[in-house]
Amino acid sequence: MSAAENLAEERHITVYIMGKAYEVPAEATIMGAIEYAGHQIIRGAGCREGYCGACATIYRLPGDYKIRTGLACMTLVEDGMTLAQIPSVPAEKAIYDIEKLKPDVSAMMQVYPTIFRCVACNTCTKACPQGLQVMDYIQAAKRGDIAAVMDLSFDCVECGLCMLRCPAEITQPLVGILGKRLYGRYLRKESPDLVAKVKAVEDGAFEAEYAEMMALSREALSQRYYALDSE
Amino acid sequence: MYPEYMAESLRKVAQTRPGRLELARKPAPVYPPMNAEERQAVLEGFHPDYEPSARRPVRVGPNRGETLTTEVADLLESHSWLRSEQVDLEHPDFETDLLIIGGGGAGCNAALVAMQEHGMRSMIATKLRMGDSNTIMSQGGMQAAVSATDSPTRHFLDAIGGGHFENKPELVKALTEDGPAVVKWLEDLGVVWDKEEDGSMQVLHGGGTSRKRMVSCRDYTGAMIMRTLMDEVRNHPDMITIKEFMPAVELIMDDEGRCAGAILYSMDSEEFFTVKAKSTLIATGGYGRLHIRGYDTTNHYGATGDGLVMAYRAGAKLMYMDSVQYHPTGASFPEQIAGFLITEKIRGAGGQPLNKDGELFVFPREPRDIEASAIIRECVQNGGGVETPSGRLGVWLDSPLIDMLHGEGYVAHQFPAMYRQYIRYGIDINKLPMLIYPSLHYQNGGVEINERCETDIPGLYVAGEATGGLHGRNRLMGNSVLDYNVFGRRAGRYAGEYAKSVKLGRLSLAHLDKFEQELADSGVQTDLVTPILLPSYAPKDVKKRRLVRGGNVLPGASVLHNRLHDERSGN
Ligand SMILES: Cc1cc2nc3c(=O)[nH]c(=O)nc-3n(C[C@H](O)[C@H](O)[C@H](O)COP(=O)(O)OP(=O)(O)OC[C@H]3O[C@@H](n4cnc5c(N)ncnc54)[C@H](O)[C@@H]3O)c2cc1C
Ligand code: SF4
Ligand code: SF4
Ligand code: FES
Repeated sequence: MSAAENLAEERHITVYIMGKAYEVPAEATIMGAIEYAGHQIIRGAGCREGYCGACATIYRLPGDYKIRTGLACMTLVEDGMTLAQIPSVPAEKAIYDIEKLKPDVSAMMQVYPTIFRCVACNTCTKACPQGLQVMDYIQAAKRGDIAAVMDLSFDCVECGLCMLRCPAEITQPLVGILGKRLYGRYLRKESPDLVAKVKAVEDGAFEAEYAEMMALSREALSQRYYALDSE
Repeated sequence: MYPEYMAESLRKVAQTRPGRLELARKPAPVYPPMNAEERQAVLEGFHPDYEPSARRPVRVGPNRGETLTTEVADLLESHSWLRSEQVDLEHPDFETDLLIIGGGGAGCNAALVAMQEHGMRSMIATKLRMGDSNTIMSQGGMQAAVSATDSPTRHFLDAIGGGHFENKPELVKALTEDGPAVVKWLEDLGVVWDKEEDGSMQVLHGGGTSRKRMVSCRDYTGAMIMRTLMDEVRNHPDMITIKEFMPAVELIMDDEGRCAGAILYSMDSEEFFTVKAKSTLIATGGYGRLHIRGYDTTNHYGATGDGLVMAYRAGAKLMYMDSVQYHPTGASFPEQIAGFLITEKIRGAGGQPLNKDGELFVFPREPRDIEASAIIRECVQNGGGVETPSGRLGVWLDSPLIDMLHGEGYVAHQFPAMYRQYIRYGIDINKLPMLIYPSLHYQNGGVEINERCETDIPGLYVAGEATGGLHGRNRLMGNSVLDYNVFGRRAGRYAGEYAKSVKLGRLSLAHLDKFEQELADSGVQTDLVTPILLPSYAPKDVKKRRLVRGGNVLPGASVLHNRLHDERSGN
């Protein structure tokens, strides 16, 4: 029996999708419920596994004044839930040349100066479906602590929910990316082995061995493969 | 939380853990790896590709007569969205040097390199949001020979052995040789690799690797790479134009048989737009959303094999379209995440597959097809599987072992995404194993290319998962992240170079008429219209009610139904 048929046999609940009531399986994710209701999602789905942030959703539960946020592919429905998908949040990505930036507060001031408007209300952190300390990485960006921006924003899926809720209209995920790129580009120690390998390839150090192996019969290649030692 | 009836089996897993831990600490493998004969036997007996109904001959096109995966044969024997006589090719809506179809890893790399090396402008047309792709989901990592004890040639041998010696060697050479440079290029763009204190790359084992060679960014490797590439692409709006929600549906040729762009379909307004381009790159990724043989999939929403169909109708040859990769470890429970990928890095870090009695039954790092077949055998033949409440089967993947091997906090730091995925359902993977079963993961075959990403059609380039030949009939973990970087970059280099000199003739869609004629001549009867673009997960009753729609109404996006999925998996 298929997953859908099994779900169909189970208990159903009512959810309101863009204001209209639908009966959906009680165990469904929000994304599953939207599709069960017969919608073809066009915007608002990507990876379907919690990686891409395409499926940002806002919802309310009965008797609760709060607007809640989540990823539709990762959040389970609840009875009486009223939900809508947020297919995109407008944001202005700054154009910059990573080669011309320094990995400190100057980059932040130059590229995303809006962060200095943060009022430390922590709304972004409360909105984040990934459970990240969003305000903390914005504060770190203001201090020029690039390592902390990188670390705290590492799991950001760019759903934009924090941006949507931020009273200062800061573009947190973009700040996170800038922090990560600065860190990767400038603050990681270089790997000497890597540099040596790149050079060895450029110098053609492996050409002879490639040529030799490419001339081998399948049989001989197989022998060599099965004789490889393993680390 | 796991249902009550699994407690007994979980208890056995806990019971065997100390013994297995001790074993894992020794240098010898925890379970004897299979030799060549054993591998062959388990593949033939249990790999889904080997089921009798899994393959059939295709009746039209360049691979006519060849036996292909059944769903792929159906896909290729299908009608176009377009009627050639109704398309105005005289006045293209857009013109560009390089048209890139697909905004995943391969596509973005190509745009950057074509710009940097040749000053070429490109247009990236993509189906979903920019970056919504298999690339963004790749967790485990990327293979590249970057450590002192490793070499590109050793990597070459591992990849070829894993592919059962059927890989195109010149492609594997390009892949492995460019590996170290790709790590460096990505780092210079700002990718935050996992590193050791002294700056050397952190490397781990993957299935079928003789050296620790997997580089990673926690378990967000693809997300990190994709976001970095996307951000860089968007730093050049004057050179790279992005068209989102504008999938390509057909290639355009010129009257001298060169590829000259494509026709895009706006998902919003349902209009078709023509793009004239000096060279064209297909970087559309894989086909997991075709749910081949009814399997759950790890793939993103837009993975419907569109590039294959477009290239095939234009006359490009496909390779190894009889072979599908099932990832050994997809989630089997809870239902809501069925099919989700459990990264191979979990086994690389010491996680072990166990049957319902808590026993090891396979070496945890066999090549993927072997590992997947062994898991299916354990469930189907040996009765070693655990049944889920909805009737799926699964074996345990013992993750608590990992912290015991590497120290407390290792899982939390290395697998934050995986942890998050399970804790939502009350399963703490630090304390409890995961229930897993193979899941449809990768399109092993694809359009045949050479090491310059060229196809048989001048001006048509293909890179990444849409190509075939590189991995033979079985890809090793970590080689496809390397694939889309290496060949995405190469495609940008060679397609960019070609675009500099080409002078296009008159644009034409005659290949579509020819293909339609061939369908008729071969007696193919089908109502399938492709590319499929998006699968439909509407329940059956909803689909039935839709079918009463009148005959000549335009097929709106809402009825881009995945007929294959309907028939084969019943949902
Ligand atoms: C869950 C998961 C985990 C993985 N983990 C790893 C790993 O750890 N290591 C590894 O090596 N590999 C891994 N892989 C495989 C690897 O990620 C992919 O093979 C690789 O990303 C493919 O890259 P690509 O650029 O070819 O295609 P993609 O990244 O899939 O990009 C294709 C793009 O083309 C677009 N597109 C599709 N059709 C059209 C059309 N008609 N018109 C326009 N655009 C279109 C799509 O929307 C998408 O944006 C994983 C795959 C998955 C699904
Ligand atoms: S930080 Fe913002 S954009 Fe990133 S995951 Fe959290 S809410 Fe979404
Ligand atoms: S929501 Fe905006 S203003 Fe409030 S803490 Fe977050 S970044 Fe600062
Ligand atoms: S669809 Fe990608 S995060 Fe939900």
